[in-house]
Amino acid sequence: MSEGTLYDKVWDRHKVTELPNGQDQLFIGLHLVHEVTSPQAFGMLRERDLEVAYPDRTFATTDHIAPTEADKRERPLADDQAEEMLSALERNTDESGITFFGFESGKQGITHVVAPELGLSQPGMTVACGDSHTATHGAFGSIGVGIGTSQIRDVFATGCIAADKQKVRRIEVEGELGEGVYAKDVIMKIIQDLGVDGGVGHVYEYGGPAIEALDMEGRLAVCNMSIEGGARAGYINPDETTYEYLKGREYVPEGEAFEERKAYWESIASDADAEYDDVVTVDADGIDPLVTWGINPGQVIEISDVVPHPDDFEARTDREAAEQALDHMAVDPGQSMLGYDVDVAFLGTCTNGRVSDFEKAAAVLEGHTVDEGVRALAVPGSESVRTECEARGLDEVFINAGFQWRRAGCSMCLAMNDDSLEGDEVCASSSNRNFIGRQGSKDGRTVLMNPAMVAAAAVEGQVADAREYLDEGPTGGAGGVEEVAD
Amino acid sequence: MSGDDQHITEVSGTGVPIPGDDVDTDQILPAKFMKEVTFDNMADYLFYDARRDDDGEFNDHPLNRFEGASIAVVNSNFGCGSSREHAPQAMMRWGVDGVVGESYAEIFRDNCKSLGIPAVTADHETVTELQEWIEANPDGEIDIDVEDETVTYGDTVIDVDIDDAMREALVDGIWDTTSLMYSNRSKVEETVADLPYAEGDD
Ligand code: SF4
Repeated sequence: MSEGTLYDKVWDRHKVTELPNGQDQLFIGLHLVHEVTSPQAFGMLRERDLEVAYPDRTFATTDHIAPTEADKRERPLADDQAEEMLSALERNTDESGITFFGFESGKQGITHVVAPELGLSQPGMTVACGDSHTATHGAFGSIGVGIGTSQIRDVFATGCIAADKQKVRRIEVEGELGEGVYAKDVIMKIIQDLGVDGGVGHVYEYGGPAIEALDMEGRLAVCNMSIEGGARAGYINPDETTYEYLKGREYVPEGEAFEERKAYWESIASDADAEYDDVVTVDADGIDPLVTWGINPGQVIEISDVVPHPDDFEARTDREAAEQALDHMAVDPGQSMLGYDVDVAFLGTCTNGRVSDFEKAAAVLEGHTVDEGVRALAVPGSESVRTECEARGLDEVFINAGFQWRRAGCSMCLAMNDDSLEGDEVCASSSNRNFIGRQGSKDGRTVLMNPAMVAAAAVEGQVADAREYLDEGPTGGAGGVEEVAD
Repeated sequence: MSGDDQHITEVSGTGVPIPGDDVDTDQILPAKFMKEVTFDNMADYLFYDARRDDDGEFNDHPLNRFEGASIAVVNSNFGCGSSREHAPQAMMRWGVDGVVGESYAEIFRDNCKSLGIPAVTADHETVTELQEWIEANPDGEIDIDVEDETVTYGDTVIDVDIDDAMREALVDGIWDTTSLMYSNRSKVEETVADLPYAEGDD
C-alpha cells in the first residue's frame, strides 16, 4: 500500500465512507459531461426520479459529434442523430442547471482541453468524465478517472463514484529531451517500455527531470495517454509550473483566495518520503521521436529503429498481436517507418490539440506545402485554442501550407462526425489510439506521432523525421530565422 | 427512489468464445454506432465490423455462429481502450449474462459490475480449454457460480477468480451503487464542507 503520495492524500480528502461492498465512496469535485455518454445517464436518473446533486460542480460541452466545418454547425445539424444528441445535452443541462459550453459560447471544445484552459481542473481534485482520457487532468496533480454511463448516473445522483483504491507506481523519467522531441514522445516511450496493460491495477505518478521540465501542455499530453498504458489514472505533482499556468484563469480564484488555494495545492503533493507500491525508471535521455507501427499504442518505435519481428517479443500475446499488426498495417519486420506512405494528416485531439502543439507543427510547415496526395486537417482542441492560434497568425501558416483549418472537436480521432478515414487510407495522427477501425474505416491505418511529425508527414506524403525541418535556414523553424537576421 | 437490486449468485447458458488479446471497445462497439441517445439498439452493433465481410454479409465470427449464447469466454485485457458502457451494454443486450476471461481492462470490469454481469478470470490454459470445449459443444451448458467462484461445464469444474468488490456486490445484491451511495448524502455534505475548493465556490 502506498502512503503519503498525492493519490493517497487526495483520495482521503474525497473519501466519504466505505461501502458495504468493500469499495470506497469517493466524492467527485469536477464532473465533466459530453453528449455521447451522458443522455443514457440522464435517462436513468429520470427513471428513478432523481436530480443532479451537484450541478455547480458539473460542466458540459460538445466534442465527439461536433461538426468541425463552420457552415456545418448551423442548427439543426445535418446529421439527425448528432442533432438529437446535441439537443438532448442542451435540454438536460438546462433542466439540471449545469453550465454548458455550446458552439456560441466561444468555449466549446474537447472536455479535456476546455476544463484545463478554463482553470476548472485544479490540483487536489477528483475529476470524472464519461471518457477514458479523463486521466489528462492529472497533469495538475488531481485524480482523473474515466467512468461508464452507470457511474455517470451515480455522479449525477450522488456526486460520488464507488471506487477501488489502486496501487501507485512512480515512473521516474530520466534525461533531457533533444530538439524536436516532445511530451508525446515521452509517453509513447513509457508505453513502449511498460506495455499497454502494464498499468492495470495502478495509477501512474510521473516524475523525474524529463517530466518536471515539461510545460503544462506537455504534461497534459503525458497524463492523457495513461489509459493507453493500462493505468486508470496518471498524475504529476503540482509545482510552480502548475501554479503559474493556473493564475488568472477564469475559474481560478484571485488575490488572497489564490494564495489560500495554493496552500491546499502544495499540501497534497506527494511527500518526499512517500511510499510507492512500485518505482520504475524510464530513460528518455536523447530519445528520438516515436511512431507507432502497429494497432495498439504499445507497438511503437523510435523513428531511427525498425519494425520488430514477432519473435522479438517474449510473451505469446505480444507475438500474436505483432503478427496481426504487421498484417493490418502492411509492414514488414526490419522495415523503417520512414517513407511509409501517408494519405491523411490529422492534427488535434485531447492529446495534441493545444496552442503549443499547433506552434510545433507550424514551425515545420512554414515555407512548405502539403504533398498533393495528402488530405490535411488541423482541428483545434477548443474554440479558445482556435482563436488564440488565429490571433497569433498560425491559422495562416496552416492554410497557406494546404491544411484545412477547422472548428474544435474530436473529429477524426474517432470519426463520429464527418471526418473519417476511407478504405485503407493511412493517417499520420497526433491522436492517442491506433486501434483498428478507430478513425472510422475498418481497414484504415493509423500512425501515432507528435504534432511536428504529423506536419512533416503531411509535407512529404510519407512518415518523415520532423527534426530535419527545424534547423533549416530562413524558411525553417523559429531559431533559424533569428540566426539569419543576425 | 426505486432500485433494481437483485442478487446474482449464478448465471448459466451456452457459451460463445471471443478469442484474442487486447480486444478494445472500439471493436466491441464501433464509435459510429454511439450516436444514439439510448442503449436500446446496441445489440445490433456488437462487433459490427468484425462480424461482417467486405460485402456486408455475416462471416463466421463466433457471435454469428453461437447465437443465443449467454456466457462469453474471452482472453486477456478484454475491453481495453474507450470507457464506453455501450460495449458491455451491447453484450448484455445481445444476451451475454456473464464473462469468463484471462483479464479485463478496469473500466470495462467496472461497467460490467454496474450492469450486474459477473466477469470472472482464470489462467490462459483454462480459458483456452473452455473456448475449445465450446467450439466442440455449442449446445453445452456453462455455469458461473459467483458465490463459490467456480465455472462448471460438461464434467469439468474449474476454480475462477472474481474481484472481491464485484463478488460482494453481485452476491449481496448491492451492485446498484446509486442506491448504496444515495443513502449517505449527509456524509457527502460533510466531505464537501472540508474541501477547500468546493465550499464558498468560485
Ligand atoms: S479527442 Fe479523441 S480521445 Fe480525446 S476525448 Fe475526443 S475522441 Fe476521446
